[in-house]
Amino acid sequence: MLNRMNHDAYPDSYIRAILNGVKTIAVVGASPLNVRPSYFVFKYLAERGYDMIPINPGQVGNSLLGKPFVASLRDIDRPVDMVDIFRASAHVMPIVEEALALTPQPKVIWMQIGVRNDDAAARAEAAGLQVVMNRCPKIEYGRLSSEISWMGVNSRTLSSKRAPAPVKGMRLSLDRASVAGGDTAASDRATRPRSGTS
Amino acid sequence: MTDRTPGFATLAVHAGAQPDPTTGARATPIYQTTSFVFNDADHAASLFGLQAFGNIYTRITNPTTSVLEERVAALEGGTAALATASGHAAQLVVMQQLLMPGDEFIAARKLYGGSINQFTHAFKSFGWNVVWADPDDIGSFQRAVTPKTKAIFIESIANPAGSITDIEAIAEVARNAGVPLIVDNTLATPYLIRPIDHGADIVVHSLTKFLGGHGNSLGGIIVDAGTFDWSKDGKYPMLSEPRPEYHGLKLQETFGNFSFAIACRVLGLRDLGPALSPFNAFLLMTGIETLPLRMQKHCENAKAIAEFLSTHKAVSAVNYSGLASSKYNALARKYAPKGAGAVFTFSLKGGYQAGVDLVSNLKLFSHLANVGDTRSLVIHPASTTHSQLDDAQKTAAGAAPDMVRVSIGIEDKEDLIADLDEALGG
Ligand SMILES: Cc1ncc(COP(=O)(O)O)c(C=O)c1O
Repeated sequence: MLNRMNHDAYPDSYIRAILNGVKTIAVVGASPLNVRPSYFVFKYLAERGYDMIPINPGQVGNSLLGKPFVASLRDIDRPVDMVDIFRASAHVMPIVEEALALTPQPKVIWMQIGVRNDDAAARAEAAGLQVVMNRCPKIEYGRLSSEISWMGVNSRTLSSKRAPAPVKGMRLSLDRASVAGGDTAASDRATRPRSGTS
Repeated sequence: MTDRTPGFATLAVHAGAQPDPTTGARATPIYQTTSFVFNDADHAASLFGLQAFGNIYTRITNPTTSVLEERVAALEGGTAALATASGHAAQLVVMQQLLMPGDEFIAARKLYGGSINQFTHAFKSFGWNVVWADPDDIGSFQRAVTPKTKAIFIESIANPAGSITDIEAIAEVARNAGVPLIVDNTLATPYLIRPIDHGADIVVHSLTKFLGGHGNSLGGIIVDAGTFDWSKDGKYPMLSEPRPEYHGLKLQETFGNFSFAIACRVLGLRDLGPALSPFNAFLLMTGIETLPLRMQKHCENAKAIAEFLSTHKAVSAVNYSGLASSKYNALARKYAPKGAGAVFTFSLKGGYQAGVDLVSNLKLFSHLANVGDTRSLVIHPASTTHSQLDDAQKTAAGAAPDMVRVSIGIEDKEDLIADLDEALGG
């Protein structure tokens, strides 16, 4: 990925390729509290078959849904495909630097809803990583698979194909036709300053 | 797979629906069930905690209803939607998320009469105080803003006279006041006007009217535009604060730009209870599949009939914003270039008695209190819905003694014109 991504509007194809491609996901700032968004994401992606690693230095010795907490990215014992960051934007750069120091390097840096650090993104992209900011992988997975449609959410996808009924641990097909040419539905608009009425 | 933008008619047929995973049924099945089995205790806990997507109980979600919801969200260009038992229920659920006792909201004075009643009486009993403004005077919205204002409510095409509201100008007032703009888009439908494109933050509908379109089912819907930041100043604690109902979950933080729709569902539908029946959802979504075709015909017929009436010797005035003579014609051209809708009023030279006679002489038009049916409908408000008022009150309420309201259907327009001509005494 030599060209920098437009981080205001991701094509569905970009998100779809990332979610189809990665297998191991480290969640920086994973919380053991079951009402925190990081817990939601961790649990959901684990149920969809991803190998999840919780990172939280304050929780070492405990585990999250059977997975032991580790203190930092450096302490992970296996290659990581994606680093999902639940930290305030200002704290993202050191995490990205730590990710870039790993061998092998992760393929994707993902920052959650409300988290955006363009300098850190540029650093990761310069090293050949893909970056997603201000998005939630749970919401994007639910949207592209249309599982989120159960909640009346606009998945912005269409399909005339029969889908298998989702069961625990199953990876869902994300290969539906996308409706939007670009900006994904799930998280960009609330946090962006409103453009004038058009 | 390329990301292209399908047209409105494609979305009207496909959005939200895919063949049934179990049976392959192509039409959306009617899941006429109250409840859904859990895989195991952990699955149940995930669903109750909002950690997983799925169905628990039809008061909160239902797989038939969710197809309708996603379809309307797609047609309106919103992030999510939720259906309710009626249009009025949608309005109640929206306001429950936004207002606490003692708060205010500003509403356009020109609204469906039932909404005026709901706001004036029912909402007042909850301590939600309506402040009226005049949609023909944008400054009156500005002047009505106070620190207690939590929302602004307007209709895109206003009942009963079919006048057009300047959505962008009022959206500007809402933005400056830091409150969401709610647009009731019932009479326009997203085929004619998409309020989100003009700055609306929340769209509500009575699906009972043109969206369902066949006069057979009540329903309502709320569409979240995903545009409003609920957490910026603590004015909307239902969305920004930890919810005790969900052990401290914060809805906007967790659900991002569809958190308003989630709040309406898990705090509104769950606790107030006005869920839509899955059978009604099926009928309403079947109606929506032909929305573009029907709206074209409704508008074509309405324009022809408005033109006919405006030259009729028994008619003193026609209020249809699709006519060049209407003071709303410029707004109609801007906001509803495909057509100015199919609900309008006209006045009869013969006054009150002429209205009574017209309604009883018509053979195809049905005399009833509804709009947005395939069938043409007529009502003489002065002798029916507003009969308890005196003449001055009737006129102030937009129901002058000589005024008749029609909702033009999709029959052959020649037959409708002949029916009117004969009933008006040729
Ligand atoms: C513009 C408008 N909004 C809301 C409503 C209320 O909808 P319902 O009758 O589905 O509760 C109506 C019904 O006439 C309406 O015309």
